[in-house]
Amino acid sequence: MTAIPKEEYLLKCTSACAGCSSSLCLRYITKAAGPDTVLVVPACCTSVIQGMYPNTAMDIPVYNIAFAAAAACASGLSNAFRALRRETNVIVYAGDGGTVDIGIQALSGAFERGTDFLYICYDNEAYGNTGMQRSGATPLGARTTTTPGGKPTTKKDLDRIVEAHDPPYMATACSAYPLDLFKKVKKALSIRGPKFIHILAPCPPGWRYSAEKTIEMGKLAVKTGTWVLYEREYGNLTINGPSKAAIRKPAPLEDYIKGQGRFKGVTPAMLEQMRQQMQANITRLVREEEGIC
Amino acid sequence: MLTIATGNKAVAAAVKAAKPGVIAAYPITPQTEIVEQIAEYVTAGALASEYIPVESEHSAMAACIGASAAGVRTFTATSSHGLLYMHEMVHWAAGARLPIVMANVNRALGPGWNVWAEHTDAFSQRDTGWLQVFVSTVQEAYDATLMAFRIAEHENVLLPVMVNLDGFTLSHITQSLEAFDPGDFIPPVRIPHAIDVENPCVYGPLTGPADYFRFRWDIERSMRDSVGVIADVEREFAERFGRSYGPTEDYRCEDAEVVVVAMGTLGKEAEVAVDLLRQEGVAAGSMRLRWFRPFPKLDLAGRDVVVIDRDYSFGFGGVVAHSIRSTTGAEPYSVIAGLGGQEVTHEDIAGFVKTRQSGKEFWFGVNDRV
Repeated sequence: MTAIPKEEYLLKCTSACAGCSSSLCLRYITKAAGPDTVLVVPACCTSVIQGMYPNTAMDIPVYNIAFAAAAACASGLSNAFRALRRETNVIVYAGDGGTVDIGIQALSGAFERGTDFLYICYDNEAYGNTGMQRSGATPLGARTTTTPGGKPTTKKDLDRIVEAHDPPYMATACSAYPLDLFKKVKKALSIRGPKFIHILAPCPPGWRYSAEKTIEMGKLAVKTGTWVLYEREYGNLTINGPSKAAIRKPAPLEDYIKGQGRFKGVTPAMLEQMRQQMQANITRLVREEEGIC
Repeated sequence: MLTIATGNKAVAAAVKAAKPGVIAAYPITPQTEIVEQIAEYVTAGALASEYIPVESEHSAMAACIGASAAGVRTFTATSSHGLLYMHEMVHWAAGARLPIVMANVNRALGPGWNVWAEHTDAFSQRDTGWLQVFVSTVQEAYDATLMAFRIAEHENVLLPVMVNLDGFTLSHITQSLEAFDPGDFIPPVRIPHAIDVENPCVYGPLTGPADYFRFRWDIERSMRDSVGVIADVEREFAERFGRSYGPTEDYRCEDAEVVVVAMGTLGKEAEVAVDLLRQEGVAAGSMRLRWFRPFPKLDLAGRDVVVIDRDYSFGFGGVVAHSIRSTTGAEPYSVIAGLGGQEVTHEDIAGFVKTRQSGKEFWFGVNDRV
């Protein structure tokens, strides 16, 4: 097993909800990055999870910044560290709303400029911090507080938007596979330029499942093929182990859907549309890996 | 070195002399020449700054915030809609106590599109916690930009400073400029709360009702302290470089029975109007208001006051006129003139003085008296 440092940079007594998978991810990300790191956090669950002044659960510098501004603030930090000839890691840790909606312009600008930083989006598929309103990352059919009848449109494909910027490294990850995430953060930080990791982070209160099932929910997302673990290094795509197995023999999509209260109103037609989308995504990724695209 | 330059190029030259670590900028008329000139300096190796060509003004200020938080000197420039687009981050920069310097080339706001001078853009940032100075000549644009770094970075201030110059009537006019090496007048920047990985801190976390107001008070305390710091820096500048500046530039005010208060280039035009009025036997003087935040207390006792506002607060009145009324008790004749670059000559200003009615408001070109 890859040696995961014993040092903790996300300390005990955070303000996270029970079963919060994004704080689990943050624990492994900071372990992979180490102490010579600045975390840039726009408005998101992590604004709360880190604790309230004058206390903090973070043992690395954290720069909180306005919702739309994370990638731009990280640009300033990254260029300043270059001016100071320091090698400090600059990592944005942002939610899906702060990434696919309000923060997408700054993200696109920072990637186009070749900024040396790592942008991590932890995706719980809604505005969790404000009480689960729909975001551009909310999937088809999911009930949120602003889509009480279920979301009528599909999830914005953030990864293909980021891919269009041709970054040297981008990957997906899931909170249920922390070792995979740890390795990806390590690899990303060994590469210069803009790096991107998109984590699926199941959310018990938002997705309406009980807290102890948070790991199981992430595993089901991967095993059904709903979420595909991959990394793209200098344009070369590798589908990672758990997803390779899932693609060969996927678990029924219903296993993932039925355990979540947010999908209660999903119709058979919606389910079929979800299945087709999932399959199209898998086919596209497999073809790219095989070099057929 | 004596040369000639536009207001914009004077700002760029002062930035080059101050050697920021990071400059983040986005183009907008009439400011663009500043960031173009800085980009040329950086490309030619004349300025060793990191230049971040951001995709918006919101990101320009966010990048300056990140860079300043890392402990380097930072600069950006904007105008009008650019300033309004970054408004959220303008607040953030002051709240985060970062000594960012920004040139704002004053321009009106749409609609309709208008690229000419007006002060409403800067005044819309009045309550953000930024210091604001307004300049009137190419040389002053240079000098004030240099001093802005010293003032912002002073340990008792640590607030951002906005240097305002009128669009076109200063940004694009050419005057003589003495650009010089400021030497240790601009020492290396030291930001005491800069990010230090050896001493990890959380910046700007959730802050509750029992604590938040303390940080607001701390901004105001520094704003009050900045009055003395500005005076010290301007005094040192005068001693070392020979040009004196203060909260106002007073012209023939000693025996004046009526004083014209204006800002920016209209403040210079008012001086010509004063000469004209004096020739006609009117004991007039002018005060060009330089610092808008912190707002100085003007000595106007016993004199008539004519205030020219190149701005307007709808449903209220001229911002400068009301500021002077509330800080001095004077009842100025409030003239609204020069909006969106409306031409205002020294003859016009002399006319305002001659037809003044204390306490009344007059929209130049719209009506005789409101």
